[in-house]
Amino acid sequence: MSAEPASPPVEDAGQFVRAAFSNASFVTGFVITALIALMALVSFVWTPYDVINLTVANRMQPISAQHWFGTDHFGRDILSLIMMGARNSIAVAFVAVGIGMGIGVPLGCWAAARGGWIDEALMRFNDLVFAFPALLSAIMITAIFGPGAVNAIVAIGIFNIPVFARVARAGAMALWPREYVLAARASGKSATLITIEHILPNIASLLLVQGTIQFALGILAEAGLSYLGLGAQPPMTSWGRMLFDAQTRMMVAPHLAIFPGLAIVVTVLGLNLLGDGLRDVLDPRLRRQR
Amino acid sequence: MTLFLLKRVVIGLITLLVASVVVFSVMEILPGDPARIMLGMNATPEALATLREQMGLNVPLLERYANWVTGMAVGDFGNSYTYRSPVIDLIAERAIVSLPLAVISLALSTMIAIPVGIFAAARRGRMGDTVSMGTAQIGVAIPNFWFALLLIYVFAVWLRLVPAGGFPGWAGGIWPGLKALILPAVALALPQAAILARVTRSAMLEVLGEDYIRTARAKGMPRRTVLWRHALRNAMIPVLTILGLQFAFLLAGTIIIENVFYLPGLGRLLFQAINQRDLIVVEGVVMLLVASVVLVNILVDIAYAMVDPRLRSRA
Amino acid sequence: MSLVEIESLRLSIGNFEILKGVDLHIEQGEVLGLVGESGSGKSMTALTLMRLLPDLARTSGRVSFDGIDILNAPETAMNRLRGDDIGMVFQEPMTALNPVKTIGEQVAEGIRWHRGVNRKDAENSARAMLDRVGLPEAKFPLTRYPHELSGGQRQRVVIAIACALHPKLLVADEPTTALDVVLQAQILQLLRDLVDEQKMGLLLISHDLAVVADMADRVTIMRHGEVMDTGETGRILTEKTHPYTRQLAEASTHVPERTSRFISPPRTPPHKGGVPGAGPALLEIRDVTRDYASRRLSLFSRAEPFRAVSGVSFDLYEGQSMALVGRSGCGKSTLARMILALDRPTSGSIRFGGAELTTKSEAELRPSRRNMQVVFQDPYGSFNPRHKVERLVAEPLHLLESQPSRAERRERVAQALAEVGLSAADMDKYPHEFSGGQRQRLSIARALITRPKLIVADEPVSALDVSIRSQVLDLFADLNQRLSVAYLFITHDLVVARAITDQVMVMHEGEIVERGDTGAVLDAPRSEAGRMLVAASPDLDRALARRRQTAIG
Repeated sequence: MSAEPASPPVEDAGQFVRAAFSNASFVTGFVITALIALMALVSFVWTPYDVINLTVANRMQPISAQHWFGTDHFGRDILSLIMMGARNSIAVAFVAVGIGMGIGVPLGCWAAARGGWIDEALMRFNDLVFAFPALLSAIMITAIFGPGAVNAIVAIGIFNIPVFARVARAGAMALWPREYVLAARASGKSATLITIEHILPNIASLLLVQGTIQFALGILAEAGLSYLGLGAQPPMTSWGRMLFDAQTRMMVAPHLAIFPGLAIVVTVLGLNLLGDGLRDVLDPRLRRQR
Repeated sequence: MTLFLLKRVVIGLITLLVASVVVFSVMEILPGDPARIMLGMNATPEALATLREQMGLNVPLLERYANWVTGMAVGDFGNSYTYRSPVIDLIAERAIVSLPLAVISLALSTMIAIPVGIFAAARRGRMGDTVSMGTAQIGVAIPNFWFALLLIYVFAVWLRLVPAGGFPGWAGGIWPGLKALILPAVALALPQAAILARVTRSAMLEVLGEDYIRTARAKGMPRRTVLWRHALRNAMIPVLTILGLQFAFLLAGTIIIENVFYLPGLGRLLFQAINQRDLIVVEGVVMLLVASVVLVNILVDIAYAMVDPRLRSRA
Repeated sequence: MSLVEIESLRLSIGNFEILKGVDLHIEQGEVLGLVGESGSGKSMTALTLMRLLPDLARTSGRVSFDGIDILNAPETAMNRLRGDDIGMVFQEPMTALNPVKTIGEQVAEGIRWHRGVNRKDAENSARAMLDRVGLPEAKFPLTRYPHELSGGQRQRVVIAIACALHPKLLVADEPTTALDVVLQAQILQLLRDLVDEQKMGLLLISHDLAVVADMADRVTIMRHGEVMDTGETGRILTEKTHPYTRQLAEASTHVPERTSRFISPPRTPPHKGGVPGAGPALLEIRDVTRDYASRRLSLFSRAEPFRAVSGVSFDLYEGQSMALVGRSGCGKSTLARMILALDRPTSGSIRFGGAELTTKSEAELRPSRRNMQVVFQDPYGSFNPRHKVERLVAEPLHLLESQPSRAERRERVAQALAEVGLSAADMDKYPHEFSGGQRQRLSIARALITRPKLIVADEPVSALDVSIRSQVLDLFADLNQRLSVAYLFITHDLVVARAITDQVMVMHEGEIVERGDTGAVLDAPRSEAGRMLVAASPDLDRALARRRQTAIG
């Protein structure tokens, strides 16, 4: 009577793939993200032009058939730089999400399983970290320990920890009173075992969605730090770094700023679409609202 | 209600206190000798000794921390090493740029986002919804500093409507000052507005699916009336949460945006202080920014309680 | 002309046909009971009448209310009808009220909207209406918020909203399903009185024949979107000419066959009297109390702990089937959790099979846990949706000293599935592939797999449709006979208690106020709480008897 049949959650991989690839948002996001990742991978073996050897005679060329996106102040091909920069942006964001998930998820699950003062302490710690605007702290950290890609990763990663801890905790807290968890407890299973068998698989979709969001935010944050000169250092390049170089030359060569910026927008857009699509596919409650 | 408020204030103060410990340890303990950091590797021993003296580094660590915290409590943030003036004066001088900037962009973002979000929710699945949410989806992906560069190019370089950067001060009247803040405020506000509009829309949709909306419809009120009278206030609860978080984002955003536009604000002060290794200024500005985040969170909690009676009766 | 006339109403959402040509009518001032199991389309019929259907729903046929063509009326005309001429009461009182508006505002709102009166007059009417539904202003001022009221009180507010403008028709969709039996009786009485006073028509939707038998002048019985049977209540339910009507009526009064209605198996020594004397008890509960910390109301007052269970003592013997009945919030579920060692008592002792549970660590509890399993209420929430049946049913095998091999494990799962009437082939399915009743069988299979001596069942059939419910009760009874497993059956439904338990305990505000043989207690309860429960409990046979009496007298 009152028990309305819950829409069957996505069970197996095949079903998931079918549902995902009939979701327009997911497909668009997936294609964009895959293309960007492919571009980064290709840059390891091939770029349209060599970006190490500078040909100053070619500097600041506008868009042309030879240089689709023009060249920069050292005469390097912008398209090639963007391909190289993708590596850095993706690597920073990826590792930062990894740090956040790797530490945040166990913390959140632990707090949910134990409750009491451990939970309270973790939540207060979260509040504390949230009181520091993430970019502000990242600037502080990179400023003190020196600029560079590694410090940028750590700085962004640290602020992913409470985000994942909070998501994991909220998801786990909602599952602990579930009857199947009670049944597992009545079967003598320990909190760790229950977390592994029952909690994690059922919050995985939440974490995946949050992961794509944080990935997108990580790319934005890396761009911001590099733009301030605190991220990737030459000769390494990144999209933010390219914008940093472009800023003072904006008046004469706007294309220097336009293409790296577009690269960021397209990547973040792709990731967000992917995240939205995943949420639609994985969360039946939201799916019903559409 | 009083208990609720009191609890929030106490938690806020504790957060600040812990934050001060974190800032103090990060800045003064981890990297080694602050005086050396400030002067750089090639400093003479005499210069180091003088600076140590000036900074009170000769006293024990705990005492130094206590002096710093108690000083801040009465508005004494110490003296800047590079500017050779009290940090509090520097902050005051810069705050008159940053504060209006933050307030204008927050207001701008809210005024755009909330109506758009409501509009999209009311026309879910129709043209208006698709177009506005598609735009928002792109807006979320735009880095504000890049957006700022584009704005400068279009409105300052090309159309010459506003200055490309710098700040004339408020002495010459409100208008020139405001004019210099328009582009920075727009650059800060629009990406935030995109996020807020999406949150508003989904909060509205969530609430519109609630049972009490059906109860209200069963009273004979048309959809639109129910949306304004019943859904809006309930949907504001998640929107407030995001507003609070966005304020912190905005503060951090000012650091970058002020650099793009060469605005003499707190963000630029902080950035310059970091580059010049003026730790006392960095500490002071960071604590101030953290304090404003804490304050805004308390305000958000009060707003919660005003919207939601369930929180009022809870301690 | 009838007040409501529905002719060959069809309704579909997408390709799914929900209503397949429904006909019904309601006269002025008449109470029509609309009965059906889940998926019968009874709620959709009600929502069609209000035209509050989901956006994707497509309808055809004819629905007229008071001469107005509902399916084709413009939205503005529907807005004039809703809340004025037709009022509606919903199932879930906890979510039916806007949490950020006072109850006064919410009742007055419809009055102001339809009558255009000023705030003060509307509030006066709202005050009178709230007073009428049993929320007098002295205790429940208009400025109260919904969260300050209990579920029953909230349902009264919803009724006040629906009846504020004296509608010609009140539609009540399972108005008491979310409430306990005592509240249910009160709310039904209120509805009955309001209908009489205001000469309203009432469309009462319910899954419960007993409720409808008490309330309705006429009954319409639906199944799978079609009307099965319709007619005058007494005649329909006594004569039961339609096979589906008979099936429903029999299912709702079903008592499983049990040879011995006492401590059953011959294996245990014979007892005399109500309480078995010989042999050690399987479960011994002594003076168990559980306090919960409650919130402080102000900074300076100390928090008074809330006592959920207070000084409970009882024994349960092997093979015995015991019911624990009481209103919602009486502490019965808390007690069950403590017995299952999922929660610890504040004080008192719980001994199971001679071993004290309250002081043991999780590791030391394992031998006891093997002999004690649980079946929960919700057939949808009882299983991890991502595991297959084999893994789900095998979960308690974790408690064994030596883990069985994979083949052994499959063997035991197959056996447990066979015991509950499912097949071994079901092992490789996911829980969502099963119906509610089948899931409850899975739940029982999981509980049985370690061959426990005790199964604690917390409202195990209350989420099931009546026909399914009777089958699951049969299964419980059968297992009790064959495996001599003891039950502690927690339920608010006295019909269930009567169906399969030997003894019953009545719990009230944390204490056990009455205990005895099931038949004796339920026929002649001695405690006040027991009497209230029994009087409030819907019972089809009694309702029909009352109906005959009034017809004669």
